[in-house]
Amino acid sequence: MMIFGLSIVFVFTAIITVAGALAAALMRNLIHCALSLTVTFGGLALLYLQLDAQFAGFAQILVYIGAVAILVVFAILLTRGAGHSEYKDFSNRWFGGLALAAGAFALLAWAVVRSLPDNVTTGAAPAVTVQTIGKSLMSTYVLPLEIVAVLLTVALIGAVIVAMPESSSTKAGGR
Amino acid sequence: MNMVQKLDQIFVLLQHWVAGFFPLWLQPLVSAILAVVAIVAAFPGIFALTTVLERKGLGRIQNRLGPNRVGPFGLFQPVADGIKSLTKEDIVPLSADAVVHFLAPVVLVVAIFLGFAVLPVGRNMVLMDVDAGLLFFFAIGASTELSIFMAGWSSRNKYSLLGAMRAVAQMISYEVPLLLSSVVAVMITGSLSPVRIVEAQGGFTGILPHWYVFTPWGFAGFCLFVVAALAETNRSPFDLPEGESELVAGYFTEYSGFKFALFFLGEYLGMFSIAGFAITLFLGGWGAPFSFLEFVPSWGWFFLKLLGAIFFFIWLRGTLPRLRQDQLMNFAWKFMLPMTLLNLVVAGAWRFFGEGWLRWVVCSLVLVTAYVLLGRVLMRRQGLGARVYRYAE
Repeated sequence: MMIFGLSIVFVFTAIITVAGALAAALMRNLIHCALSLTVTFGGLALLYLQLDAQFAGFAQILVYIGAVAILVVFAILLTRGAGHSEYKDFSNRWFGGLALAAGAFALLAWAVVRSLPDNVTTGAAPAVTVQTIGKSLMSTYVLPLEIVAVLLTVALIGAVIVAMPESSSTKAGGR
Repeated sequence: MNMVQKLDQIFVLLQHWVAGFFPLWLQPLVSAILAVVAIVAAFPGIFALTTVLERKGLGRIQNRLGPNRVGPFGLFQPVADGIKSLTKEDIVPLSADAVVHFLAPVVLVVAIFLGFAVLPVGRNMVLMDVDAGLLFFFAIGASTELSIFMAGWSSRNKYSLLGAMRAVAQMISYEVPLLLSSVVAVMITGSLSPVRIVEAQGGFTGILPHWYVFTPWGFAGFCLFVVAALAETNRSPFDLPEGESELVAGYFTEYSGFKFALFFLGEYLGMFSIAGFAITLFLGGWGAPFSFLEFVPSWGWFFLKLLGAIFFFIWLRGTLPRLRQDQLMNFAWKFMLPMTLLNLVVAGAWRFFGEGWLRWVVCSLVLVTAYVLLGRVLMRRQGLGARVYRYAE
């Protein structure tokens, strides 16, 4: 069940993820790109689940597919991006872009390979239940939790202020 | 095992017996496949029963007979419906986005069937006993919104798009009270797994069960969960996105034949799974209501409760008028969200007080006061009074 030392399930999931990401970058129709991005998110969730990180995988589905993807399609719809683009889709300077992307990939790959331990010991993975995540959120990581809560509140208030209608002095009087 | 226990576990025993015919390394796969086949057979069967129950029930509420031609009392109507939907011509509009148009019902049905995997239908009868089962269900439920948007957008139809946007806005708004109202049950149980939550409601004091719905915070949580569940599945009185008198058929206007049947199936199955979770979280899952009734098998109790929930939903559909879009949104954000947050605080206080009569009195008082006050304050801002007519000049 191993190809090049990687399990076949991992290869399958990786193909789905990369194909989705490529489709999201290369497709013409913007909504199709958003939907392929959703496939990428699903592939990432599958990767988390294969690593036995249940909470991370399900939270990925809930947050990314359930909220971020919908946000992306709403943003595409509410701004006139869903039709045909007026300018060319692929720029003339694609070679420079490719070189930059290859450089970034090389840097990341070097960092990842360098951080792998010399002898990969398959010891017992730590059993992380939702309870341990909850306990550590309330004890070790309570400050980041509170900061994130404040950030979300600020974002909510900002959204309400942006979406609020104009003050009633500009409304026409009724009967 | 005596006779009662055997009847209770009959499906599990059947599954083990069939899996016993296969070699050892293949047995987990065969067990899983058998459970999946059971789910795929049972719940669409209940769906067929529900369609005829709904049409007869609505007809009776509206003082008319429902379908009564096919079979005795119209009971074979689903068969006729199934044959019709299979043989109807599948019309796809010329300008529709063919791939997305085809995939939308597929994504919906797949996501909805996935949600049944963590529903404990009886004792030891759950397909997937994961630690974070409830989170899985809500995550999959959030994915169904995407399929509704795909359906509405790919049809290239203004009514479809409008219906889809309204439906997605409604589903997103009501997801927050849905999740928050289910968190109280998780808080008191201490686990996200539906199996543990049902087991925690299994005790009896005297003959009365320990269901969460019989506590103040549980009752409030149950009511809030049911309302949010109705809105999540676009069910009356929250069915503006697909109201026949408003938007033709909303986001599935352009679907005909079997794809329409798939959408219909997906919607009703979503209703069953979320009703199943309401039963699991608050109504004791597969537990008996009185201690002397425990001889009835656990899966029998679950399906009886599910039938009760379906009856209740049909009753609501026939009785209540439809909510307008802005009324929907106001209700979600201004009433349900504060109530669910307050419910969380009340559940925490319940745990903090310890046993005794004091916590019952305090928690009930807080919840009832908040409900009345919030309701009155919000109604005053609506400015309801005598109707004012404006005529065209």
